[in-house]
Amino acid sequence: MAEVTLNNICKSFGSQVALADVSMTVPDGSFVVLLGPTGAGKTTTLRLVSGLDKPDSGTILIDGVDAVAQSPAQRNVAMVFQQYSLYPHLSVRENLAFPLKSPILRTSAEEIVRKVGEVAETLQISHKLDNKATELSGGEMQRVSIGRALVRNPRIYLMDEPLSSLDAKLRSDLRIELKRIQASLGATILYVTHDQIEAMTMATQVGVLDHGKLVQFGTPREIYEDPVSIYAASRLGSPKINILPADFFPGAPGGAVSIGLRPEHIRLGEGQEVQTVRVEHLGDQTRLHLKINDLNLITLTESHTQIQPGERLKIAPQFPLYFGSNGERIKS
Amino acid sequence: MSGYSVTEPSKRQKWIAGLLVITYALVTLMPLLWVIATGFKSPEDSIAYPPKVVFQPSLEGYVNLFTTQTRITPDMEATLTPPKTWYEQIVRDKGMVIAGASRYGQRFLNSVIIGFGSTFFSVFLGTLAAYAFSRFKVPIKDDLLFFILSTRMMPPVAVAIPIFLMYRQLGLSDTHLGMILLYTAVNLSLSVWLLKGFIDEIPLEYEEAALIDGYTRFQAFYKVVLPQAATGIASTAIFCLIFAWNEYAFAVLLTSGTAQTAPPFIPTIIGVGGQDWPAVAAGATIFLLPVMIFTIMLRKHLLRGITFGAVRK
Repeated sequence: MAEVTLNNICKSFGSQVALADVSMTVPDGSFVVLLGPTGAGKTTTLRLVSGLDKPDSGTILIDGVDAVAQSPAQRNVAMVFQQYSLYPHLSVRENLAFPLKSPILRTSAEEIVRKVGEVAETLQISHKLDNKATELSGGEMQRVSIGRALVRNPRIYLMDEPLSSLDAKLRSDLRIELKRIQASLGATILYVTHDQIEAMTMATQVGVLDHGKLVQFGTPREIYEDPVSIYAASRLGSPKINILPADFFPGAPGGAVSIGLRPEHIRLGEGQEVQTVRVEHLGDQTRLHLKINDLNLITLTESHTQIQPGERLKIAPQFPLYFGSNGERIKS
Repeated sequence: MSGYSVTEPSKRQKWIAGLLVITYALVTLMPLLWVIATGFKSPEDSIAYPPKVVFQPSLEGYVNLFTTQTRITPDMEATLTPPKTWYEQIVRDKGMVIAGASRYGQRFLNSVIIGFGSTFFSVFLGTLAAYAFSRFKVPIKDDLLFFILSTRMMPPVAVAIPIFLMYRQLGLSDTHLGMILLYTAVNLSLSVWLLKGFIDEIPLEYEEAALIDGYTRFQAFYKVVLPQAATGIASTAIFCLIFAWNEYAFAVLLTSGTAQTAPPFIPTIIGVGGQDWPAVAAGATIFLLPVMIFTIMLRKHLLRGITFGAVRK
């Protein structure tokens, strides 16, 4: 396992800027999740670390050694592709064994059998080992594709939305499994996702990308509680953070244009009067959809609440976050 | 029955469709069946008018094809021992004896060597070139591809004289090597273009996965791209073989002895002892076999190759 450092990485595809001056360090043994919408540069970052693409400028250090000139094989990285990319002419077993048979690993036959069996067990695909790779469901293909990375012991695992096409149960199982693997092997993982639950539950650090720029890098808690912008604040939290005009509540600092308020940071009982539009009982909690003028907000309350739709409530902010005209954070 | 039906066709519809297909097959196969039948006719039956559909089968054509014969006088015949084999018997019945083997076998072997040899090189070089054109940034790629295709745009006679003179200078006239080189050059345009289409269809991600899995570019090509291009390679090989096998113009011009292929040789049979149509037909029938066997062997791939592009996996 190794530390990976990106220094001032720039990458364009034609006139399309994919990454603009990105610097970050993926510490040894960490689980770094890159968050951002499509086109933010997440996959490009993975491809640059893997060696499939070369940066236009900047350096990539793996264990302190400049890797830009190295081939993917020399970098000894494993990657889970978003499109699975299983070898269609091989069986599941052969797919899993493929990296082990490579000239850089040359694993013995018994070792291959053992590792493939182990990984298949973990990913619950043992019964499909002799299937052709093309005879699998989407979820099974995705698990094989994760397995093809896990059979190895590379310097860094690169994962591009590896859990996106799994059902909810399997996804939560594999979240725990990936976290366990990372913790027990001390593996370094660079992970791309849209899913904020994956980011919150697995990440040791989260990198938030916006149009090819790394806007914030920190622990999930830091980004959740102390975001640098509306954009970063909106990446984490479900339901999403509420954005209100700054004059909605009194006490906004100078220059503030909007207030960001997490649903759980709204106090009921005093302050601004709002109308309840909808009440969603989720069992463990209740979501209240509130409305005032044209503004919609969501807050949470206890599960056995008696609040009815149409009822008028008073709300006050608890930990408001203030943002300026560009969406950047203004600390009061 | 009106318009389109999404239900299973009725029994009657199936019968009509089957009948139409069989009729079409019979019409297109007619010349082929005619040639095969003629090969088994006696020389008299072969030129009978009206043509005989039912006839006494005879192997005389095949015997004539593979042997050279000399006429003998009845006095001489009396001194000879009776024929030992069935083919000697056939020849003796005409008042002739077998003088030796004909050159057909050797011409046929030339066709096999030149046909399969050039197919191998066309497909081998074509695959490598197509991979490069498909995957790498090649300078003036489009112009190069057009240039490669343009070699196929002129009729062989247009380049026949220059090639004839060049081959005489280089000592390639009437050699196996010369013919293999020539057919490879002509077929390369076909194979590069066909194979580029097939390789373009193979997503790049598989090679990328192999690169990440610790393989070199060439190993990724060999272990991941090649197996998936098998269909394309097989159908390209069939097209190349059919061209090289049937090629007549260059063969007539550039070969006369050592490396003469079967196509220019078969017509020369006509001149040997009158118009021996059964022997010509027998030569053509045997000549058909290798391509037929090769095509049937790779049939599964060929079907996919022909419908290529129309079917989305």
